[in-house]
Amino acid sequence: MTAYGPMVLRVCRAVLGPTDAEDAWSETFLSALKSYPGLPADTNMEAWLVTIAHRKAIDVTRARARRPVTVPEVPERPSRAGRPEDWDGDLWSALGALPDKQRAAVAYHYLAGLPYHEVAEITGGSTDAARRAAADGIRTLRAGYGGRR
Amino acid sequence: MRTGPEEMFGTLAKADDVTAARLRDRLAVAADREGLLDVAYRTLDTPVGTLLVAATEQGLVRVAYAREDHDAVLAKLAGAVSPRILLAPRRLDAVAAQLEEYFARRRRSFDLPLDFRLSHGFRRAVLAHLREIGYGHTESYAQVAVAAGSPRAVRAVGTACATNPLPLVVPCHRVVRSDGSSGGYVGGEAVKRILLALETA
Repeated sequence: MTAYGPMVLRVCRAVLGPTDAEDAWSETFLSALKSYPGLPADTNMEAWLVTIAHRKAIDVTRARARRPVTVPEVPERPSRAGRPEDWDGDLWSALGALPDKQRAAVAYHYLAGLPYHEVAEITGGSTDAARRAAADGIRTLRAGYGGRR
Repeated sequence: MRTGPEEMFGTLAKADDVTAARLRDRLAVAADREGLLDVAYRTLDTPVGTLLVAATEQGLVRVAYAREDHDAVLAKLAGAVSPRILLAPRRLDAVAAQLEEYFARRRRSFDLPLDFRLSHGFRRAVLAHLREIGYGHTESYAQVAVAAGSPRAVRAVGTACATNPLPLVVPCHRVVRSDGSSGGYVGGEAVKRILLALETA
């Protein structure tokens, strides 16, 4: 199960940003461990884990809304090229600025590798809507971020 | 040139080893605290190769040589015990320390809680007797069969040794052929000779 750890971390980072991602990751896997033994053998692990991560992200977002905001924006991090832990601050800001549905669709499709019908099952709405949300999100990211490269 | 989504997420896609290890450790601690860590495992580098050691809450449940294929061993543990298996070295600190002492000839017997759930019936009876064979001593398969209560079950003793889920700690390497040759071993005959030599040196 922890073979999916890096994938889930990418998704949590994209959806929540670096600060809350690790809490969401831990919560996701703890929750997964709880329900894992009862899981049907043919369960699609990626989709299942992303579904849990999605719920955890909603919890975190709600909790974040309730608590006083002490960090107005993503903490600035010095660029240390080549270090894998480095964060691309621009990309994160751009992701963070997307509407929730678009950010989720982009994360679940491009970072978790789920097909659009599975993305739609997680986020609600139709497959076409998920595809459009991801495309809109990518277009915005490209305009605000990718195009500058 | 347009940047594709995959390239654009390149920096996000990298989950570095340090972060992964930190998150994994944190998960193992939290899972243990909530009673969700059914099997903890780690690997150890020893003079007889890399060993996989795994423990339930009851005790050490599996010791596996590299030739047994650690991935396959973990998959079997998932099926036989629980799929809630995590790399969680802390639960195996005592196991690691005692094995290290054993290989350094500073320990002659293991003082560890053992979980025999992977072994049943006659095989389990054999394993129970094996623990009574002292450091540096050997018994023949026939002698073990007698001691386990089935004098004619010599071959079954061989099978019990070959399928011992806890080699080293339950010393099946101390069971040798009646002619004095070492006989087969779950870790390979060469390893069996190394262990017997270590204990008689």
